[in-house]
Amino acid sequence: MNYRLSHLRELESESIYVLREVAAQFENPVLLFSGGKDSILVSYLAKKAFYPARIPFTFLHVDTGHNFNETIEYRDNWIKELDAKLIVGSVQACIDNGELIEEKGFNASRNHLQTHVLLKSLEEGKYDAAIGGARRDEEKARAKERFFSHRDEFGQWDPKNQRPELWNLFNGKKNYGEHFRVFPISNWTELDVWQFLAEEKVPLPNLYFAHKRKVFLRDGILLADSEYIPKKPEEFVAEKMVRCRTIGDVTCTGVWESTASNIEEIIAEVATSRKTERGGRADDKRSETAMEDRKKDGYF
Amino acid sequence: MTSELLRFTTAGSVDDGKSTLIGRLLYDSKSIFEDQLDAVKTASEKQGDTEINLALLTDGLKAEREQGITIDVAYRYFSTPKRKFIIADTPGHVQYTRNMVTGASTANVALILIDARKGVLEQTRRHSIISSLLQIPHLVICINKMDLVDYSQDVYEKIKEDYEEFAAKLDVHDVTFVPISALKGDNIVNRSENMGWFEGTTLLYYLENVHIGSDHNFIDIRFPVQHVVRPYNDEFHDYRGYAGRVAGGVIKKGDKVMLLPSGFTTTIAKIDTVDGEIPQAHPPMSVTILLNADLDLSRGEMIVRENNKPDVTQDLDLMICWFNQKPLHPRGKYTIMHTTNTARCMIKKIQYKMDINSLHRNLEDKQVGMNDIARIQLRTTKPLFVDAYRKNRITGSIILIDEGTNETVAAGMVI
Repeated sequence: MNYRLSHLRELESESIYVLREVAAQFENPVLLFSGGKDSILVSYLAKKAFYPARIPFTFLHVDTGHNFNETIEYRDNWIKELDAKLIVGSVQACIDNGELIEEKGFNASRNHLQTHVLLKSLEEGKYDAAIGGARRDEEKARAKERFFSHRDEFGQWDPKNQRPELWNLFNGKKNYGEHFRVFPISNWTELDVWQFLAEEKVPLPNLYFAHKRKVFLRDGILLADSEYIPKKPEEFVAEKMVRCRTIGDVTCTGVWESTASNIEEIIAEVATSRKTERGGRADDKRSETAMEDRKKDGYF
Repeated sequence: MTSELLRFTTAGSVDDGKSTLIGRLLYDSKSIFEDQLDAVKTASEKQGDTEINLALLTDGLKAEREQGITIDVAYRYFSTPKRKFIIADTPGHVQYTRNMVTGASTANVALILIDARKGVLEQTRRHSIISSLLQIPHLVICINKMDLVDYSQDVYEKIKEDYEEFAAKLDVHDVTFVPISALKGDNIVNRSENMGWFEGTTLLYYLENVHIGSDHNFIDIRFPVQHVVRPYNDEFHDYRGYAGRVAGGVIKKGDKVMLLPSGFTTTIAKIDTVDGEIPQAHPPMSVTILLNADLDLSRGEMIVRENNKPDVTQDLDLMICWFNQKPLHPRGKYTIMHTTNTARCMIKKIQYKMDINSLHRNLEDKQVGMNDIARIQLRTTKPLFVDAYRKNRITGSIILIDEGTNETVAAGMVI
């Protein structure tokens, strides 16, 4: 007899196990939803994990206000389809009421302002676990991340003092006021995500497929032309066929020249790509340890 | 496309050429990206390294990069058309035994590196003993730096002989030897032209083809209930599904089963997924099981076969690895996690401490501190449903949690 599972089915089973552990070990978990493919995958797996019951997590979108329009449209449809409850934490609102001060200059981004809004939303909602779609293959600091990652009462990550994680025993014990970040798709690679979404025919935002868009070049990265990014005099806008490999805030998400117009073509492109998907993320390029520094402060 | 998933662990220090080996596997399988390589080049130059320091690919934390050491387990991914690989890369020094144990807990294969110039060292023995304790099904002994010993068959045979003599004392079943040069690429992805005398396969060929289909237990049905699915809607009004991951055996619709701890018997009504009913489930699948009788069953309890039960016991005999700065308290109370079950326990007896370099049993010194391996007995507040770790890595493993700090302080294997 042959009882083998394909690697995608084994990853799926592992992620579902982690999601069910969250439901069992925490009182008030929240699922961080950005509208990117990774959080789409996590929410899709959550549907599978608890079928035919509803997903037992509230969804939280930390909204910088600088979105691609397509992201919000997709988000609202997807939430409706999953019959889930969505809460939006707004960076704009915190700027308006004076809690946050906007960055200035050409590379101004609201990326790091998200941390404050995320921690505030978690505190207000009294959430004790925040589920995210981070993967270990994305970035070197994330490669050290646990499935169940403990955060102290300030939301900080202490990478040198993490709890060992063995077999499939996940220790979610904590004191009052502390919380956990949980990463069910830790072991998936970018290619795994695409192959799985293709196999399962999950609908995806159009931004991932090649489309015509006005873009300009900065520091070797193509950025979408947007009212939120002031351009320098020497930067000029041209229309190109592009697609996103990751979806984040408009101000720091690079787009790639591509003609991949369906998921099979994307898989072929990812399989032969010589650059990492976050290679286009200006937020990671600020310094060698940009991600580790942000994560320690409570960034997702 | 169907390819299997293989998890392997490597332990060692930069000097063994472990990072070079991992770098070679990633590079030759085209899993290192240009921007990652550029970043590593820049960082190497900044440190004053003359060559690209491939160790920087795996060392992710600021402290690790500054100190040039690996502190924590780093996970790396690569794939070939045949398999997808997850590498748990762990530091090899004795003060990181706990990281080695962590990396080993889920591995199918352990890669153990030996420097051909140095032969079997303390670190080789330590890594092998941990692999044996954690019952990693397959060991590959990579005799590295063959280029520095003129690709000598005599050197290789001598090391192989030494290792086999040592390994005879261990509980390992499948050991393979490969002479390699990670630096020059001999026998990693491509066959070495310098070692025509070697009749075995390359390392990558081994990793792609080693039989891992029997690494799970497909004989003894063990289904720890993880979560009870109750939809509370009109369409699924009376639905009561037991969600979990199969820990052992092959469960089929209609199978007669027993529930633990109640001892009630019933049959499997349905194995459910969002894509519809499936005829059978086996490890490591996550499924939802429906039973034919309306019986009491909740998280932490277990579905098994009537004539094939695990031990239902409050007294556990364990090999543990201690993880915490704070030493084991001889009569201490801890929280214990086993499958989806949580209980409290009290340490009853410390039998001996094991020297991780020589397998020697120390019956005198019973102070169990960070990174120590010890055999202990404990008693739990309620019965657990356990198997010997040798028989089932899932139902045979536990962790201990400090009730004050909530930290995971030990990992244990049922003897």
